[in-house]
Amino acid sequence: MTISREDVEYVAALARLELTEPEINEYTEQLNSILGYAAMLERLDTDNVVPTAHAVPLHNVMRGDQVGISLNHEKALKNAPDGEEGFFRVPRISLT
Amino acid sequence: MSVADKYEMVCGLEVHVELQTKTKIFCGCTTEFGGDQNTHVCPVCLGMPGALPVLNREVVNYAIKAGLALESEIAEFSKFDRKNYFYPDLSKNYQTSQFDLPICIGGRLEIEVDGEKKWIGITRAHMEEDAGKLVHSGETISTSNESSVDYNRAGVPLLEIVSEPDLSSIPEVLAYLEKLVQILEYIEVSDCRLEQGSIRFDVNVSLRPLGTETLGTRTETKNLNSYSSVRRCMEFEIARQARKLKAGEKVVQETRTWDEGQGITLSLRSKEEAHDYRYFPEPDLPPLVIDREWMERIRKTLPELPTVRRARLQALGLPAYDAAVITQAREMADFFDEALTYYGDAKTLANWVMGDVTRLLNTNQCSVLNSPISAKQLAELLELINKGTLSGKIAKSVLEEMYSTSKDASAIVKEKGLAQISDEGALHGIIDTVISANPQSVEDYKAGKDKAIGFLVGQIMKATRGQANPGLVNQLLKEKLA
Repeated sequence: MTISREDVEYVAALARLELTEPEINEYTEQLNSILGYAAMLERLDTDNVVPTAHAVPLHNVMRGDQVGISLNHEKALKNAPDGEEGFFRVPRISLT
Repeated sequence: MSVADKYEMVCGLEVHVELQTKTKIFCGCTTEFGGDQNTHVCPVCLGMPGALPVLNREVVNYAIKAGLALESEIAEFSKFDRKNYFYPDLSKNYQTSQFDLPICIGGRLEIEVDGEKKWIGITRAHMEEDAGKLVHSGETISTSNESSVDYNRAGVPLLEIVSEPDLSSIPEVLAYLEKLVQILEYIEVSDCRLEQGSIRFDVNVSLRPLGTETLGTRTETKNLNSYSSVRRCMEFEIARQARKLKAGEKVVQETRTWDEGQGITLSLRSKEEAHDYRYFPEPDLPPLVIDREWMERIRKTLPELPTVRRARLQALGLPAYDAAVITQAREMADFFDEALTYYGDAKTLANWVMGDVTRLLNTNQCSVLNSPISAKQLAELLELINKGTLSGKIAKSVLEEMYSTSKDASAIVKEKGLAQISDEGALHGIIDTVISANPQSVEDYKAGKDKAIGFLVGQIMKATRGQANPGLVNQLLKEKLA
């Protein structure tokens, strides 16, 4: 599998990244080299291998349904770039 | 409608149900409705760097319970995934959901429309977190310069239940939703308060020419929050798509939004440009393994489900209609069943429960859970009618008294001297008095005017303030006049 220029432009658009022409070329090359390295795995027989869902062999880490401590307005909004009356404020949302 | 002549509708639904846990799915913030904006939040549900989610066990319990009630297979192994998108209703830029390995696989639910039964397939059900609430400064989202965000809801646990595209009419869709909500209420996994947004519906609709099998292009209208919106939205979408198809145009596969005020659906985004969520396994949450023992433990907590319960009441001799009304809500069905343990005549009991008891509760806007008349007390009242102590008519006024005082029927009867006179000795004197006071009526009756006896009975009832046993009065009167 190879990564085309169009793939890079598409992924960049999904990630809201604006790339210059040289960057598109550079990333296309880099992504192809990364995928090429990972392609080594295709030489292995994985027919009887369960897909990995998690890197650590753990399961069922859960907590009881008990109410804990929540933050107040001041703390919740402390790191927010903008806020008012306890709300976070975000710039105009474009749907297109 | 002319549309129905040429096309048939195919519909599938996604229903988002808020599970009634005390806390959010991945943190200990309360799920309580309301509250000041951004006061039910913490580093986890605000997506602060380094904060780690921990799954709420109760969410899994409820999801298993719902899955079992919907006849799903409970996945032995399931996991969470990140659904990536840019929208500030979640601060992490992804929603933690389940993608390819959901907790509930398959399932089905039976609906009934105009007496016709039909099974509707369930594709899957998965756990996920709800998003926050956005308040836009302008009139609409596109004219707003900025938006305010409240994350109190972010992280509230949801179960998304996805149906197969098995629904082929609006009445079927509504029947499916009502049945689903009824089951979820019965098994107590959600309070199902539609007005608080506890349940939201996404409706997938497509049309195809009548008699064809291939599915047409569908649209998905998101975030409907009432049955009436679902109905109106579908009416609009069916008409809109039919118009397009008739004009030889194509329906665009897209996500639409319902504008309640205008009663129309609007295009939100087309599928191909925005639906690439790049799901990947959530590295912060280890997978979930549900063994048989866990599943069976939950199965034991399942109550008798509405369909089974209804069939049981019908088997006791109740008409289908009565059984449906009584089992509509679990609380009422429980009340009925409890009363039934004290009073065996199911039909008479049903008449009282559906009639006067429901009327009193409704008039006082009282839930049957808080009924001032207990099931046992109602049974005692009906027993008094059976024994001939009370006439049906007086029993109704005793019921009113029971409602306002919570007293037992027998206590009220005693206090007010309401017992029906079924003692022949006591009635003889009264009947004789009435006969001698009304010679004309007696003569009329003897001359063959049957109506005259009604007048005499009325006089006797009046003399006893309605407490005489009418059957006995009739019998004694006829004997005396014979």
